[in-house]
Amino acid sequence: MSKSLFDKVWDSHVVRHIEDGPDVLYIDRHLIHEVTSPVAFVGLESRGLSVLYPQRTFAVADHNTPTINQHLPVQDPLSANQLKTLENNANKYGISHWGLGHENNGIVHVVGPENGITLPGATIVCGDSHTSTHGAFGAIAFGIGTSEVEMVLTTQCIMQPKPKKMRISVNGALNKGVTPKDVGLYIISQLTTSGATGYFVEYAGDVFENMTMEGRMTVCNLSIEMGARGGMVAPDEKTFEYIKGRAMTPKGADWDKAMTYWETLKTDDDAVFDKELTFDASTIEPMITYGTNPGMGIGISKNIPSADSVEGGKATYDKSLAYMGYAENEEMIGKKIDYVFIGSCTNGRIEDFRAFASIVKGRKKADNVTAWLVPGSHIVEAKIKEEGLLDIFEAAGFVLREPGCSACLAMNDDKVPAGKYAVSTSNRNFEGRQGPGSRTLLASPLVAAAAAVTGVVTDPRELL
Amino acid sequence: MAYDKFTTLKSTVVPLPIENVDTDQIIPARFLKATKREGFGDNLFRDWRYNGDDTPKEDFVLNNPIYKGKILVGGKNFGSGSSREHAAWAVYDYGFRCVVSSFFADIFKNNCLNIGVLPVQISAEFLNEIFEATYADPSTEVEIDLNAQTITLLSSGSQESFAINGYKKDNMLNGFDDIDYLQNIKSEIETFTASRPF
Repeated sequence: MSKSLFDKVWDSHVVRHIEDGPDVLYIDRHLIHEVTSPVAFVGLESRGLSVLYPQRTFAVADHNTPTINQHLPVQDPLSANQLKTLENNANKYGISHWGLGHENNGIVHVVGPENGITLPGATIVCGDSHTSTHGAFGAIAFGIGTSEVEMVLTTQCIMQPKPKKMRISVNGALNKGVTPKDVGLYIISQLTTSGATGYFVEYAGDVFENMTMEGRMTVCNLSIEMGARGGMVAPDEKTFEYIKGRAMTPKGADWDKAMTYWETLKTDDDAVFDKELTFDASTIEPMITYGTNPGMGIGISKNIPSADSVEGGKATYDKSLAYMGYAENEEMIGKKIDYVFIGSCTNGRIEDFRAFASIVKGRKKADNVTAWLVPGSHIVEAKIKEEGLLDIFEAAGFVLREPGCSACLAMNDDKVPAGKYAVSTSNRNFEGRQGPGSRTLLASPLVAAAAAVTGVVTDPRELL
Repeated sequence: MAYDKFTTLKSTVVPLPIENVDTDQIIPARFLKATKREGFGDNLFRDWRYNGDDTPKEDFVLNNPIYKGKILVGGKNFGSGSSREHAAWAVYDYGFRCVVSSFFADIFKNNCLNIGVLPVQISAEFLNEIFEATYADPSTEVEIDLNAQTITLLSSGSQESFAINGYKKDNMLNGFDDIDYLQNIKSEIETFTASRPF
């Protein structure tokens, strides 16, 4: 029977299928961080269980870490305790641990691919919904809850029914100033935040074939924002070139053997999807969100939609616009902003900083803007310096911080104050996501850069 | 962590007719710093429930003594966003055993099932009927029968059946969880591991 890429990877990991129940799914690689793992360790200890395959789990501190003065003790006692707990648990069970200050430290979804933890055809889970990022390599990767973290620690398996399959094709060429982030935000705006719930997505077509690995990671990362468990792209030459030689990728004969398998990882021509959607790349423009979920995005030149033109109830829509301090039919261009955040597992990779630099080069940060530039990892940070991007940022009045999740979820001190507007390259504009009362406009690194130098929402195409 | 068995539940409901309630609202990230599962119910819907100075927001439903019960009824696409199981813990620890909506986000639904909160998905029409009946009379009760897979609005007798797979249903009826199951097939898992290329 013909199979999709997703079928091939999922089916090869089913240890057992339960009639009228879930599949027991084998997990190749498990990422853990300080926030969603501690209770899982408490759970396994209370049951008297241990970690079955510690070499298949990788611990990284990222959610709750400061982005300045990382060499000093962490000030917040609760955060410090959580970081220490991760380290203790990792040491106790023989799990590798990349804590604060480790050269491989960074956001778990940035460092996984950088170090070859992420492989085509693998199943990868983490107690974090943006685990979907790793799908860019043709892996099945998705976020799980803490109960499931405990399951993976003790049995290397989780129990879930196989999702339905959706293929999203974007064909043609992207216009100038349109980035992978815009493609993601555009798709979510078309599907809404629940349009892909219950599905696993395969991204196909010209745009994804031509996209860099960094770009594919950005799009796959955003899969969860339309409700999908995950998204994936078939591995190709670009994928193999990216992973080859990284610390944890197979070497020598193991590499050759793996390649033979990886080259079979594509959807068969006559495979059937439960849902197929096709979009035309030329209709996508730089995107920005105006509301309180990632589906509330529009082309930057457009006006905020009226309540009667959007799906869903008016009460919810009105509540959302009231929170943002916006009204129906207003223009987004020219709206004053206070903060700019570039970083996160969505847009914290080297390509994103190159894009940001392409606009701020030779310009100055606007006086009314506080900007946080947070690399996704120490490896990204080193590249920023190596490529001379740091000089460009500093000349324009920006400061580079140290890696971590930072203002994406504002667990650390990087909080946008109540009522203030932030143009953010992260993934969620929920109420209070970037700090209690904060207002988030999600956008690409180019849109963030244009806002950072003008102080208002600006079409980046005018500055390119 | 084992939980109490779920068989039937008859209770008044707490109505929250907002759509796309995300897990950042259910429990904001700044309350995720614990290393034990304790006290999450206190911060359920923290920023909708309290002002910045920690005084209660009187217009929020959890602060309205008229509405109480073990069943939370939410708008469409309940539990979207972050995978934080803390959201399901907060719902459970506050005292809810069941969440009713016309649509659930995937991970939240799964997390609920894993900790003993029953997610019950019903039609938009029935959801609306429950909201209206509750606003007309907050003492209106809803009955959920897991074995029969039915939800009934007792004031009118309106009833719908809901879906749950047989495996999860059996788990909830008996208070079992997935780790109990997985531990029993460990040798099968170890054999499978030996066949993995990486």
